[in-house]
Amino acid sequence: MAATSASLINNPRLSHWVGILPDGRFELRLGKVELGQGILTALKQIAMQELCVGGDAVELAEQTTETVPNEGLTAGSLSIQHSGEAVRRACRQLRASYLGAASLLTDIPASALTVVGGNIVDRSGRIATSYAALQEKVDLTVDVDIASDLSLASGEPSGAKATDLLRVDLPDKVYGRPTFIQDLVLPGLLHARVIRPPMHDADLGEGAEVVLAKVSSSVTIQRDGNFVAVLSDTEEDAYLEAAKVAGGLTWFPKVPMPPNPPRLAAWMREQANETTVIHDVAATPAAVVAATSFTSSYFRPFIAHASIAPSCALARWEGGKLDVWTHSQSIFHLRGALAASLQVDLRSVVVHHVQSAGCYGHNGADDAAFDAAFLAMRASGRTVRVLWSRENELGSSPVGSAMTADISAQLHADGSISQWSYEVWSNGFLGRPGYSGMPAFLGDSNRAGSDRLPPSADPRREGGYGIGRNAVPAYSLDGTKVTLHRLLSMPIRTSSLRCLGAHLNVFAIESFMDELAVAGGFDPVAFRLQKLQDERARQVVERAADLAGWGSAKPEEGVGRGIAYARYKNLSAYCAVVAEVEATESLKVRRLTIVVDAGLVVNLDGLLNQVQGGAYQAVSWALSEEVRFDQTGITSVDWEQYPILRFSEMPEVRAFVIDRPDAPSLGVGECVHGPVAAALANALHDALGVRVRSMPLNNENIVRAIEEAPQ
Amino acid sequence: MTTKNLALKVNGEVHQVNANPKAPLLFVLRNHLNLKAAKFGCGQGLCGACYVLLDGHPTQSCDVPVEAMEGIDIRTLEGLESTALQKLFIELQAGQCGYCLSGILVSATALVKKGRGHSRQEIAKALDKNLCRCGSHGRIVEAVYRAQEA
Repeated sequence: MAATSASLINNPRLSHWVGILPDGRFELRLGKVELGQGILTALKQIAMQELCVGGDAVELAEQTTETVPNEGLTAGSLSIQHSGEAVRRACRQLRASYLGAASLLTDIPASALTVVGGNIVDRSGRIATSYAALQEKVDLTVDVDIASDLSLASGEPSGAKATDLLRVDLPDKVYGRPTFIQDLVLPGLLHARVIRPPMHDADLGEGAEVVLAKVSSSVTIQRDGNFVAVLSDTEEDAYLEAAKVAGGLTWFPKVPMPPNPPRLAAWMREQANETTVIHDVAATPAAVVAATSFTSSYFRPFIAHASIAPSCALARWEGGKLDVWTHSQSIFHLRGALAASLQVDLRSVVVHHVQSAGCYGHNGADDAAFDAAFLAMRASGRTVRVLWSRENELGSSPVGSAMTADISAQLHADGSISQWSYEVWSNGFLGRPGYSGMPAFLGDSNRAGSDRLPPSADPRREGGYGIGRNAVPAYSLDGTKVTLHRLLSMPIRTSSLRCLGAHLNVFAIESFMDELAVAGGFDPVAFRLQKLQDERARQVVERAADLAGWGSAKPEEGVGRGIAYARYKNLSAYCAVVAEVEATESLKVRRLTIVVDAGLVVNLDGLLNQVQGGAYQAVSWALSEEVRFDQTGITSVDWEQYPILRFSEMPEVRAFVIDRPDAPSLGVGECVHGPVAAALANALHDALGVRVRSMPLNNENIVRAIEEAPQ
Repeated sequence: MTTKNLALKVNGEVHQVNANPKAPLLFVLRNHLNLKAAKFGCGQGLCGACYVLLDGHPTQSCDVPVEAMEGIDIRTLEGLESTALQKLFIELQAGQCGYCLSGILVSATALVKKGRGHSRQEIAKALDKNLCRCGSHGRIVEAVYRAQEA
């Protein structure tokens, strides 16, 4: 199969991906970055397998805009597909060129040579030469072959499944060694805190000058319009004074905030929007026979990234050169947007990636980078370190949009479904800097005379959609229409959050499928299988049902089971989830059984860790998370107002994988969130007989659903 | 801001520091003593990322002023002898981004020191003040559970 990797097509040369260090070891050059998902480990493992070397022989290159290939964003569960393929092809070709050079030197056919521990050996196991001895003989300036078959069998003998590489970054974190951007110390740091309103578009109230004039002499203030920063030689002074300043400032929102749920859904439907029909297949005449009509509406609130670390960045402007250290998902996009917003030549900006805590989408990282760069350009060559507050992180980062959807369909006596109509309303999922024709940094938009942030755009079909992600059902239906409404006002700033619109869309579709199954008296598993043609889809559903004991007697009263299925983006990993819940005074999740098919598995434990992690996060989203606000802005700005699930509230998570050595590897970071949410709602219905169509599935929404249910 | 000379007993050694007495202990540990394990997460003692042992008790360091810390035995992850626990965290790959791990290891160390034989549920309950956002809960509880046997 020819290359489909955008990473490789954009960076075709072997030297884009791999270098040879003076001691003969290899340097792996990766444009995808570590977000807590273990991607560096998985990619290094591919390189080790293809080069037939141990971990010591492969160094990961420092990741800056000067040193690594431009692989765009690290997002969308695409890294294993795009980077994985690039690294596999590059390293396989490099190994072949070493064997070719060895063959010329030794007169042994390349096909009779293999690599063992960096040595090149013949069939008898005798060492003929080595990687180190031949390093001058290989040419890295050639392009990587993109036409060859990449299946593992064709790569003999590489690709043999070695033991999974353990996370390369974990030991430093477990032993408390400095690894995060928050730990990075550069000489002569100037510590900064930016004071922000609890919404993106607000004016400083009167009296700000007085408050800012009264600060301690240990700090200085930088102000440009509504952008206010407190700077100091010591972090503690910046921190303590910033808290005082923030407490003294008042803000006036420039646009009214929407109502909180449950009225938010109706408000969203009233807003001006851009309407797109993304799928429209007419029903056959056979569909127009006696059938029962069903209609339901679903909702999810705004959801925060809620990373454990506040966003951080460092920047230095010296001699006409801007260096920025960031945890952005795309150092290259960030470089372009910084150059544009600060009016600096692109070639004089270098962006360095340093890890932060878990990143689940477009969070505050890019905005913090702008803050640091903007302040550095006013700091006479000193390096400025910006760290956001918890309030900034929960109140000023973009959030995942609230969404609401209507589904209607006809259910026939044989279980078939016709005339499926799906309509969904949401803000866009694409507010990243540089995408909407303007830099779109929060700090930039706060400056005097700046443009306000535009309503977020949305990924198109080729990007797997945002609002429309997984909005087209995977089932065989007779007549389907799917309509998206992107809101054109954005009082609450939205952008990409893990799995984008797939969370609500899968929740809605899989809840509705359950409603139809229950109404028609069908078993929810059989009802789905009847309409799933894809063999891999059928297998994850069947395996999950089997492993969860679907159909067996329930252990006791008040316990319910629910199933849900989706293939992420309708073209990536397959995932089925069975949830077992207990409805006592509140909803308690006992167990999740998850089966995933992600093609060829690269690192099994890393994959399971991603699936399990996604599942725990999805339980937290579905049960307890909701951004709250009033006319002063976002109010859920600490862990009491924005609670995420704690250790003792987490269920047992059992994750299983169907390995497909002959199918391309697929990412799994986002495939579970939608199915988990729907499986929980379906299990809740099984336990209590009440259908909760609004997330979070908390007592408030359960009680409302009971009250609103037709008697 | 006026600074003050303070004597802090950290990881078994007494350190003289000159700092703003109102500075949260966390900033002094990280910036004056270069102990980077404890992390800033919220500044309100609500997430556990900054946990250290104060006289043996897992406690937040982000909202306690350093001037109140003289005479207290302060231990950070760097000064804990929790090798068995740490080895198990790596063996079970109990972490994703790892930002919460220092605080969690501090809480877990105190729990394991208190006694062995805690059930998985008791361990989860003991870690409830530490937030993890990536979803490593199951592996973390398992690592602590097994560490009791080590």
